Amino acid sequence: MEFFKKETRIDFMGIRFYTGIVIVVLWIISIGLLWTKGLNFGLDFTGGTQVEARFQTEVSPVDIRMQLEKEGFQGVRVQHYGSTQDILIRSKGESVVIDSVKDKAEPTSEQRLSTHIKKVLLDHYPKVEIRRTEFVGSEVGSELVERGIIAVIVAVFGTMLYIIFRFEYRLAISAALGLVHDAFLIMGVFSLFGFEFDLAALASVLAVLGYSLNDTIVVFDRVRENFRKVRKGSPVEVMNLSINQTLSRTLMTSWMTLLVVLALLFFGGETLFGFSMAFFLGIIIGTFSSIYVSGAVALWLGLSRDDLLPKAKVEFEGP
Amino acid sequence: MSYHFPKWKYYLLGVTLVLGFIYAIPNLFGEDPAVQISGIKGQVVNQNTLEAVDTLLETAGLKAKSILFEQDTLLARFSNAETQLKAKEAIRKGLDENYSVALNLASVTPRWLQAIGAKPMKLGLDLMGGIHFLMEVDVDSVVTRRMEGYYVEIPKILRQAKIRYVKIDREDSETLVVTFNNLEDKKAATLLLQKEERDLSFESTESEQSFSVQAKLLPLALQTIRQETLEQTLTTLRNRVNELGVVEAIVQRQGMNRVVVELPGIQDTAYARDILGKTATLKFLIEDDKHSVQEVMSGHPVIGSKVYYDRYQRPSLLKTQPILTGEAITGASTGQDRDGTPAVSVRLSGDISLFSKTTRENVGKRMGVVYVEVKDNKTTESLISIAQIKSALGNQFQITGFSLAEARDLALLLRAGALPAPTSIVEESIVGPSMGQENIRMGMISIAVGLGLVLVFMALYYSVFGIIANLALIANLILLVALVSLIGTTLTLPAIAGMVLTLGMAVDANVLIFERIREEIRLGVSPKASIQRGYEFAFSTIIDSNLTTLIVGVILFAIGTGSVKGFAVTLCLGILTSLLTAVTFSRAIVELIYGGRVLKQIRVGI
Repeated sequence: MEFFKKETRIDFMGIRFYTGIVIVVLWIISIGLLWTKGLNFGLDFTGGTQVEARFQTEVSPVDIRMQLEKEGFQGVRVQHYGSTQDILIRSKGESVVIDSVKDKAEPTSEQRLSTHIKKVLLDHYPKVEIRRTEFVGSEVGSELVERGIIAVIVAVFGTMLYIIFRFEYRLAISAALGLVHDAFLIMGVFSLFGFEFDLAALASVLAVLGYSLNDTIVVFDRVRENFRKVRKGSPVEVMNLSINQTLSRTLMTSWMTLLVVLALLFFGGETLFGFSMAFFLGIIIGTFSSIYVSGAVALWLGLSRDDLLPKAKVEFEGP
Repeated sequence: MSYHFPKWKYYLLGVTLVLGFIYAIPNLFGEDPAVQISGIKGQVVNQNTLEAVDTLLETAGLKAKSILFEQDTLLARFSNAETQLKAKEAIRKGLDENYSVALNLASVTPRWLQAIGAKPMKLGLDLMGGIHFLMEVDVDSVVTRRMEGYYVEIPKILRQAKIRYVKIDREDSETLVVTFNNLEDKKAATLLLQKEERDLSFESTESEQSFSVQAKLLPLALQTIRQETLEQTLTTLRNRVNELGVVEAIVQRQGMNRVVVELPGIQDTAYARDILGKTATLKFLIEDDKHSVQEVMSGHPVIGSKVYYDRYQRPSLLKTQPILTGEAITGASTGQDRDGTPAVSVRLSGDISLFSKTTRENVGKRMGVVYVEVKDNKTTESLISIAQIKSALGNQFQITGFSLAEARDLALLLRAGALPAPTSIVEESIVGPSMGQENIRMGMISIAVGLGLVLVFMALYYSVFGIIANLALIANLILLVALVSLIGTTLTLPAIAGMVLTLGMAVDANVLIFERIREEIRLGVSPKASIQRGYEFAFSTIIDSNLTTLIVGVILFAIGTGSVKGFAVTLCLGILTSLLTAVTFSRAIVELIYGGRVLKQIRVGI
């Protein structure tokens, strides 16, 4: 079994003007979404309290919310989590105002909120199973956002430096642009569908950057080799040739990774949803971007044969 | 062009794989939830203890898998965490104070494996259930306290040297400003203070009419204070965690001013929070007998003194400058003094010169122990004991004047060790045991399904070569599990996700190689040379692409916390092991299959 019995000769770069337009439009939409609608940040980032409970029978989130409101909890979000028997109760940051919580003796701070919610639930549904409670202080959350942004920037620059060292600065810039593209589009989709963006999703976005870079590097590596071998070809031809030569590898690897990510998406459970979804999107977006962002931008920046030849001596020895 | 795969490489690979296999095996055995009973204060566990525990479990209707002596302790194993928790409670209630009863995980791994350091992977809280706290230590308060000390000390030094000064001010929590009448005094004072207080830096603030010196802590001293505060907090928290009876607990520093506490197995947050979140500090204060309490309470505050109330709301006026703080206490126990009244004996360590000097000078006066508690960002100070100083106190002394119950409470408070700085919980999560079980199950299913799918597709797509890649992939998983077990990093759900991802990404190296071999064959290169060139040409690409992912992984590890770190570790380790298996290991097998014979034709794929 082979996808392509013969070497393909698809003119990928021929349509790069149109794909360029598509990419710009997607960017505008993503940035617009992130600007207006924003991300549905998870508890890790916003701070707050979250209680996950499993009931004996099906329950309606509305009932639970009413119950909680009657006890004085305002602005608590209640939703199904995974199944109709599982409920997730959440209050983000400072959004909760408690009017009258039953035992006044204890000061009701955000920290004690989970204890109170648990108590109310157990009072009304003695058989409820509290599966997980979480409290994150708001300062911890904002610190994580900061660290996350730093991580993305450091990751992009770190890999850029490596590419400058191993290849050339034009390729580094175009690869970095490809990474930024991936990150933006993934977050755009998260914003569009309101998927929860938690710490695991952020880690996943970073891992996707590394993964998507693999594709780009494989193509660049081939470009470098082909500039040396194919004496006559123009940069566009060489780029096309390289993408075609590595196409079945790109598809096969993406497909394999997609398979395991699908396994995670379907069997990994609700906790890993953000993580798996970000990676799933990342594989698709990343495969596309390594051709049409990284490849096309490198040409657009004026990549030529001479840029890559002198450094060709830096080569690792075979196994 | 023939390629000789050296023999030593086979041996090395063989040894690596066997080692990997041995160190991965313990994970198949797993661990039993257990309750560990050990004697304290000279009590030993013996046959009687065993029988007592047996009867206790029987009356509680619980069944243990086994109750056995292990080293100096008694270990009761159970089939699940729920029984374990119930059993711990039953045993703790049934046995007297001289036994410590703790939750533990008992390894089922055979002894010879344990002897060479093989152990199962350490499961994170999301996989085994338990409580996680992130606590923030208010290090700055210690700095403030230290500066308050200087605020009292500097005038003393100047008075002794007969240097006149106008005033001393607190500019902010980290700076003091001393003002002088003239330049000579200022110079003399600066010289003297520089010699006496080596932790401070003195800087004259220049202006025509004022002669003042600014005193600040040196950066190095500041650093030391922070370091010591955090270390003391860690020690104290560890002691408290021990009182909770969790053997596998983690108390770890995170960043500049945070401490992570993980209590696997524990479910009772209120209890845990009470013990840990008891963010109390202790200080010993001398009574101010120069002023009367009534005077101060009627609105004439005295600088350096403050009114404290005990639990019966009786006021006492004490000097706020502590002569000793809780950190110095190393032990406290209840007993009786010569008259037979209940007493608490306190043992101290470290620098107690101020304490013994002050008590010597103040025999006959009273000394109070003040308990400082921070709860929800509010500080409450209460006087837990006030007693007359009968003689100069050394590093061992007794406090008397309460009932037996009060004495026991005080001893417990003193013994649990005071935290050097107010500490508050900034993050908390509790995972129920059933949820942990479910997370493990989901993680395992994901690995199984992911691995299964990849194996099938690789075999279909690359036939013999695919099967070789599959063997490499399985070897990779074994090595990865072995490494994670050996290093002892905690396995969390994201870490499992990292493993699953590595499975998908690890085949990339083999895909690169095989596609390259196909290309070479298409170009008409001979089969053996194609294999040779496939491995050779793909190698630099493989290195490049893996190194960049590794860079990202290392960044994730450096910047991430907790579960993200776990993910980063498995990702990075997975990349490293996959380099070995996908390149070298698969090459070895290819050479084994194709190396020895003359090849007319090979096919990569069906």
